[in-house]
Amino acid sequence: MTLIIKYFGITADASGKEEEELSSHYSSIQELKDDLLIRYSDLEKMNFKIAANHTIITDDYDLIGNEEIALLPPFSGG
Amino acid sequence: MSEEERNILNRRTKMELTDQEKNRYSRHILLEKVGLEGQEKLKAAKVLVIGAGGLGCPVLQYLTAAGVGTIGIIDFDRVDASNLQRQILYTVADIGKNKAVSAKNRLTQNNPHVNFDVYPEKLTTKNALELFSRYDMVVDGTDNFSTRYLVNDACVISNKPLIYGAIYKFEGQVSVFNYEQGATYRCLFPEPPTAGSVPNCSDVGVIGVLPGIIGTQQANEVIKLILEIGNPLSGKLLTYDALNNAFLTLNINRSEEAVQKVLSNSKDFENMDYDFFCGITKNDKMSEISVAELKEWLSNSKNIQIIDVREDWEQPQIKELNAINIPLNAIPTNFDKIDRDKETVVFCQHGIRSLNCIEYLEQQGFNNLINLEGGIVNW
Repeated sequence: MTLIIKYFGITADASGKEEEELSSHYSSIQELKDDLLIRYSDLEKMNFKIAANHTIITDDYDLIGNEEIALLPPFSGG
Repeated sequence: MSEEERNILNRRTKMELTDQEKNRYSRHILLEKVGLEGQEKLKAAKVLVIGAGGLGCPVLQYLTAAGVGTIGIIDFDRVDASNLQRQILYTVADIGKNKAVSAKNRLTQNNPHVNFDVYPEKLTTKNALELFSRYDMVVDGTDNFSTRYLVNDACVISNKPLIYGAIYKFEGQVSVFNYEQGATYRCLFPEPPTAGSVPNCSDVGVIGVLPGIIGTQQANEVIKLILEIGNPLSGKLLTYDALNNAFLTLNINRSEEAVQKVLSNSKDFENMDYDFFCGITKNDKMSEISVAELKEWLSNSKNIQIIDVREDWEQPQIKELNAINIPLNAIPTNFDKIDRDKETVVFCQHGIRSLNCIEYLEQQGFNNLINLEGGIVNW
């Protein structure tokens, strides 16, 4: 099982990439988030929402393991 | 309902077009989904556009050309030469002039059949609710979080659809919030990010066509809402990545909790401090001085060093500051240019990059750093 992670806005700046695949061993979004924070420490001070399979979800979402995940920070520019 | 009452109601929601207007809008009228009736709905519509900048310009241009009958434009800002790279409504002759006023002058030349209400002022908690009550829907083209939350909350309280757009470097977001009990901005982002953690166009740049694309999407949503055609982006966030031509649509659920929180505070709305809510208050640990204070220090020949973290071509350049120019991204490799023993004022254009610089330098063991509040534009 493979998770596709898409990074938007400043989260792409933090990870240094727009997309990557992670082999899944996460039981929850919180676990995935914790791992991402270890991989990309700049994410820690960032505010972002997570979408799984094109729907914004909360931390208690149960991962199946093959989702497309998106990290969405707010943008202020106009 | 009597015949007469029905006529009055029809007149309120519809407006008859002159032959000149029918000719002008003929390509709309030819469309089955628009027709004469749709064009009359556009003429009867009242739309408020907040901010006449990167997003506001294309929104205003397309709504004007489409024949939206009444368009409100609120913007306190003035046209700057650095705006012309993307705010293509303005010309060199507009530099220094208020954006709302300049926009109206230019737009009237495009379509004299549109009524423009110009508000060359700041949107505040004091004027927002009264202003919003005059319009059917609100378009968000602002450039900061405190105004975005203010606009969302005022739309929730006054029950107006909010056509949202926001941009970052090469990426954009579009949505329709608060439409027929749909999701609101706070259902997506309940709390604002830490102040300074999401940089703005003036700090990190933006590709010029991006606000054109996102603003045009917003205008499209406005027109669809007025005409009641298609599927509005309600409960959805559209993201666009200009580098990869990638559009992605994500579902957002309405959070009753987030909406009720706004509604329960509606009585206190006028006294809310959105700058405070968004963390734009002075950090106790970080010292800041105003431009006036810096001027006083200079006239007293205070022994300080001044560091300009802007790119070397950015204007204004103030000779009397004798500033050391080290662009922000060159700071890590130029510690030797900074005298660690001197009191140091750091500045940039608007005071955000300099804040980041100070935070970074303090982590590297520097101290005696002072931020120039609001940046050198206030000189």
